[in-house]
Amino acid sequence: MSVGTPRGLASSGQKPITEIPHPLSAAEESLSPGPDVSISSGGDKDLELTNGTLVENSSPASASSTSTSALLSRLQVEDNFEADAADLYATTETRDLFVTVDDPKKHVSTMETYITYRVSTKTTRIEFDLPEYSVRRRYQDFDWLRVKLEETQPTNLIPPLPEKFVMKGVVDRFSEEFVETRMKALDKFLKRVADHPVLSFNPHLNAFLTAKDLNKRQGLALLTKMGESVKHVAGGYKLRARPPEFNAMGEYLDTFSQKLGTIDRIAQRILREQSEYLTELREYASVYSSWAGSEEELQRPLEGVAGCVTTCCGALEDLSENMSQDFLPVLREYVLYTETMKNVLRKRDQSQAEYEGRLEAAVLRKQEDRTPMPLEVEKCQDKMECFNADLKADWERWQCNKRQDFKQLLIGMADKNINYYEKCQTAWESLVTVLQDKQTEDKTSETN
Amino acid sequence: MIMADSGSSEEAAVIGNTDITSTESENNIINTMVERGTSLLKKMEISVAEAEKRTGKNTVNMQETYTVYLIEIRQAESATEGGTPAAPDTLWRRYSEFELLRTYLLVTYPYIIIPPLPEKRAEFVWHKLSADNLDPDFVERRRVGLENFLLRVASHPVLSNDNIFFHFLTEEKGWREAVLDTGFQDKVDSRLKSLSAMLRVKSPDRRFTALKQYSDELNAVVSQLLRVRARVADRLYGVYKVHGNYGRVFSEWSAIEKEMGDGLQSAGHHMDTYAASIDDILEEEEHYADQLKEYLFYTDAVRSVCRKHELMQYELEMASQDLAYKKQQKEELVTGTVRIFSLKGMTSKLFGSESQEQRESRLSALEQSIEEGIEAVMEKNTECRDFVRAAWEDIERFKEQKDKDLREALISYAIMQISMCKKGIQVWSNAKECFNKM
Repeated sequence: MSVGTPRGLASSGQKPITEIPHPLSAAEESLSPGPDVSISSGGDKDLELTNGTLVENSSPASASSTSTSALLSRLQVEDNFEADAADLYATTETRDLFVTVDDPKKHVSTMETYITYRVSTKTTRIEFDLPEYSVRRRYQDFDWLRVKLEETQPTNLIPPLPEKFVMKGVVDRFSEEFVETRMKALDKFLKRVADHPVLSFNPHLNAFLTAKDLNKRQGLALLTKMGESVKHVAGGYKLRARPPEFNAMGEYLDTFSQKLGTIDRIAQRILREQSEYLTELREYASVYSSWAGSEEELQRPLEGVAGCVTTCCGALEDLSENMSQDFLPVLREYVLYTETMKNVLRKRDQSQAEYEGRLEAAVLRKQEDRTPMPLEVEKCQDKMECFNADLKADWERWQCNKRQDFKQLLIGMADKNINYYEKCQTAWESLVTVLQDKQTEDKTSETN
Repeated sequence: MIMADSGSSEEAAVIGNTDITSTESENNIINTMVERGTSLLKKMEISVAEAEKRTGKNTVNMQETYTVYLIEIRQAESATEGGTPAAPDTLWRRYSEFELLRTYLLVTYPYIIIPPLPEKRAEFVWHKLSADNLDPDFVERRRVGLENFLLRVASHPVLSNDNIFFHFLTEEKGWREAVLDTGFQDKVDSRLKSLSAMLRVKSPDRRFTALKQYSDELNAVVSQLLRVRARVADRLYGVYKVHGNYGRVFSEWSAIEKEMGDGLQSAGHHMDTYAASIDDILEEEEHYADQLKEYLFYTDAVRSVCRKHELMQYELEMASQDLAYKKQQKEELVTGTVRIFSLKGMTSKLFGSESQEQRESRLSALEQSIEEGIEAVMEKNTECRDFVRAAWEDIERFKEQKDKDLREALISYAIMQISMCKKGIQVWSNAKECFNKM
């Protein structure tokens, strides 16, 4: 799969391929696929535009160079542009990199206490020396990886991490539930990265998965991150018009994150109401119990009712716990994901603004003194087009994942509720059986 | 409507029985009452069929709105005779007339636990239910309660034979006068009297003491149960209604989705259904609350019987004491010793003893008094004994009835819960199917 996987999906923007000025007009014809490259739709994976060295180059096909890899990927993209969304992410049959996060352990040192997780890798990729790895990582390490990915793959959507900072007084960082929830989120993060056709080849991911000790140089990472954003702002270019497809994305994201927020609030409200209901229900059970104490014939039926109500309390507790541990975190993760996506969109806008700005400046200058189009402008154009392509591909992938994830999430919610009612129904039904049997017993003994 | 010969539900399979509604379960209780087969119920079918609003001038000549209830009496035979059943005899009664009837029964049969009336004002309401007396739901539940009251009286081995009760069911006009004519108001004991009796009884009957204690406990625990149940209902209402918000947000969300849109939209509708379903569920549960309330009010009737007994016991003790005192006096008079201080004795000591004649007349007066006293004590004794015997017979009957009815009520409550669970499973399964199609 690695061979046929499109890497940087550059987009030609509005123009058809035939009108794109060939950046390498005279060079490296041996590497070009030749004139019979035709634009065929429908995800042609057998379009083996391979050259051993190029494919093995796992560096991102981002627009930092007008190399042959960029050309190849651009051509590849055209073919795959109308490809089925399903082909844009690794399917199970062709996946060759499996990662898991599990086994949380607490570490106590003189300086601090923290949790590490086991990160296991199984792979057949040649980028990895061994087929299996097992390392221990802590949250900081995941954060480092994410920062590195954002730096080195600015045009890609990087999956979100669970919240970094937790208020020490409010949340117990070492409680089983918190660790469990966090671990699931970290596992999801890593799996999403490993499934991404571009991100999974990032050398930082490789290091993260394999190195015994991560040589992080975190301080530098922080600086670089800041530098990056400064670079973007310093451009100061204003975007004139966002292409409609990205506009649509932006609008979608705005509405979507709004709806997610609403759902989060509703779910929390339900949890609050359920908690109050639970409190009253517990007292309700105890009143039946205390009533049973002053009765003779009615003692067993009343105890029975008390028991049923208590069972329902337990079932309700399970339901609420599940909602707060599984449902809400995933919901919140998608809010983060949406924010990340919005950021990428903004960066894309920046990239387009920069290109348009420079282009305009260059055109003016050209008109004045007939200097050829500077390389810078072409670099910008490449950058923008790669960005657009990456973004579109990531968007499709994200939409697909989102659909799957929410389907799972909502089905899970429905299942838990069904489960809750089933438990309650069983309890009440067995009580009715007992009570009605006693009734028939009484009746027959009366008539005898 | 009840049929005099309907059977009970024992033959139905257990699982099948979980489908009976609370109204059917209430009918089971009513059927039990009918099974007891008083002669009255064998003759007639009683129901409180309708309720109507009326306006009229009250005793202080002010306009007031009140509700009247239609009592229907059907002759039992006519139903079994093939042909079209005869039209029922009907008359209208308002709540205050029911109250009057009950007071009459209370006074006339102090050793019977008189069935209670439904509450005058709505109590133990959870917030959504209106506490307004003219609210149609409240009126409806009261109608059911009044019918229940009449059936309880009609199925009672003693009360069902009462004439005033019979007239209540059959003669609309002139009933009030007839009740007042019985002069029952004269027999009403003042509260002060019963209170003082309670405090001063020397040898209380242990059984009655235990019964009063049980009745007080039952009153307390059922009150608490009703209060907590109302709070539980409130909370459950909240949980269900908040889910309705999912309906709206799913609908809004589906508008921006392509493949997911339809699934989300239809799931949203199911969430709306879920939220709406709580109204019927809680409405049904009110029947259960009413059954509990009946027995809550029954405890007042039990306490009333206990108090009457205390009063009787107290009067018996007073009469015995009085007799003992008179005997003492006689003894002193005869023997000449003064053990008991009396003004006459003192004055005769100070101013000279009385003549033989005076003494003898006093003695005979005393002896007469003693005779009367002995008779009074005997009478009171018999009265007490009869009371105790009759009361305990009714108390045993009541206990059995209570155990049976409350067990029925608990079963019907459990069945309601099962029904609620089934509905919940249905809705969430439907929603799940929609999610599957996303």
